[in-house]
Amino acid sequence: MKHDIIEKNIGLMIVLIILTISGGFLAEVVPLFFSKEVNEPVEGLEPLSAVELEGRDIYIREGCHVCHTQQIRPFRSETERYGHYSVAGEFVYDRPFLWGSKRTGPDLARVGGRYSDAWQRQHLYDPRSLVPESNMPAFPWLFENKVDHTKTENKLRTLQTLGVPYTDEQIAGAAEKVEGKFEIEALVAYLQQLGTVISEKR
Amino acid sequence: MSTFWSIWISVIVLGTVFGCWWLLYATRKGQTTDTETDRTTGHSFDGIEELDNPLPKWWFYLFVASCVFALGYLALYPGLGNYKGLLDWSQESQWQTEQQLAEARYGEIYARYGDTSVEELYTNREAMQIGQRLFANNCSVCHGSAGRGNIGFPNLTDDAWLYGGDPDSILSTLHNGRAGAMPAMGTMPNMTPDQVDEVVNYVLAYSGRAEDPEAAKAGEQVYMQACAACHGQDGKGNQGIGAPNLTDDAWLYGSTYEWIKETVVNGRQNMMPAQSDRLSEDQIQILAAYVYSLSR
Repeated sequence: MKHDIIEKNIGLMIVLIILTISGGFLAEVVPLFFSKEVNEPVEGLEPLSAVELEGRDIYIREGCHVCHTQQIRPFRSETERYGHYSVAGEFVYDRPFLWGSKRTGPDLARVGGRYSDAWQRQHLYDPRSLVPESNMPAFPWLFENKVDHTKTENKLRTLQTLGVPYTDEQIAGAAEKVEGKFEIEALVAYLQQLGTVISEKR
Repeated sequence: MSTFWSIWISVIVLGTVFGCWWLLYATRKGQTTDTETDRTTGHSFDGIEELDNPLPKWWFYLFVASCVFALGYLALYPGLGNYKGLLDWSQESQWQTEQQLAEARYGEIYARYGDTSVEELYTNREAMQIGQRLFANNCSVCHGSAGRGNIGFPNLTDDAWLYGGDPDSILSTLHNGRAGAMPAMGTMPNMTPDQVDEVVNYVLAYSGRAEDPEAAKAGEQVYMQACAACHGQDGKGNQGIGAPNLTDDAWLYGSTYEWIKETVVNGRQNMMPAQSDRLSEDQIQILAAYVYSLSR
């Protein structure tokens, strides 16, 4: 093919560029939309409760995912430290997913139940009081601010629209469950359920 | 994956590889020479002209080689839909292999120590080195890298034990975890602020530190009603339920008047997570021996 034909026909060039770059997407991403393994929840997976969901939003707001991943890769070095490797079915209700891409701190995919609530609170208030070598920032304002409960119902309803199986009762009672809670309570509730659906020994 | 998607992926992937191959040779055909010349494409802008030279040979063959590499890779590894590849490689099988190698290497050592009693293990240098690594990875985050604990997290190097420091108690703690709960105001929910002051002084008096001896004396009655059920009439605690000894100098939550008052007024909730879901029996045996060794 003569390249000057392409260079002089911008329409043809656009079509060919789209064709070229869509190959990877069509082969690697599109089939996943229709794959059971990826779209079906693992056994026992429940949607996050209202409090946990608000905790998740605090996790996003504070940028926890910037330094912590939530994705245990199938390497022995990781499964020894963090537990069973992550599987796609654990994340079907996560919108957006929080797998992250950089580990300044440890992976949190299975941090649920690993430490006591008291540890999590103390560690978020002042990380270095527990782990002197830590370079994690402190989050003292989580202990002063209350969770904003006015949008909780809408959040659950939006997720329901996207296919997360919340019942109407859960949505109706959501704001009430969250009202008056400190942000730290919501965040710790979220952390303490992470990865607990698969509790198999490594 | 269904047959449709398997074919879909294979066609696109192979189509891309062969498409690149075709593009390479198709564009080469248009070239009139395969050596460098001064001929230009005829484009000229601002006096800058574009030479019409062929792709250098090494470069051209590098492209061809990458197509060949891609085909070889797709033959060996899974990349074409449901086709598993000649090597039968998968993420899971790679992980299984790593696990088996580790099991072959360490399994015997763990098994040997797993069958040894804690009293014997803690004198074994190699076992204690393993224990130290296990402790650093699994326990030090709360108990500190030297096992000295922190506020709310027990010091493991002293001889004050909430639930007992004998091998069986340590093993039980590691396997099943512990949950400690002190209710606010103990068993006397209607305690008045004056009574709180009295009972705090009474507790301080155990270690000779009462700030107000009069109040301490009055505190005895409050103590008996609010605290003695768990901490004992003599204040020596109860390891059966993890009630701390109040007469020694080991304090889980601080020993000053203010700290003790905080504890009395608000109570304390604490827990150690069970480790039997995370660690193997043998690892727990070694860890128990390491923890046992810390206070020796």
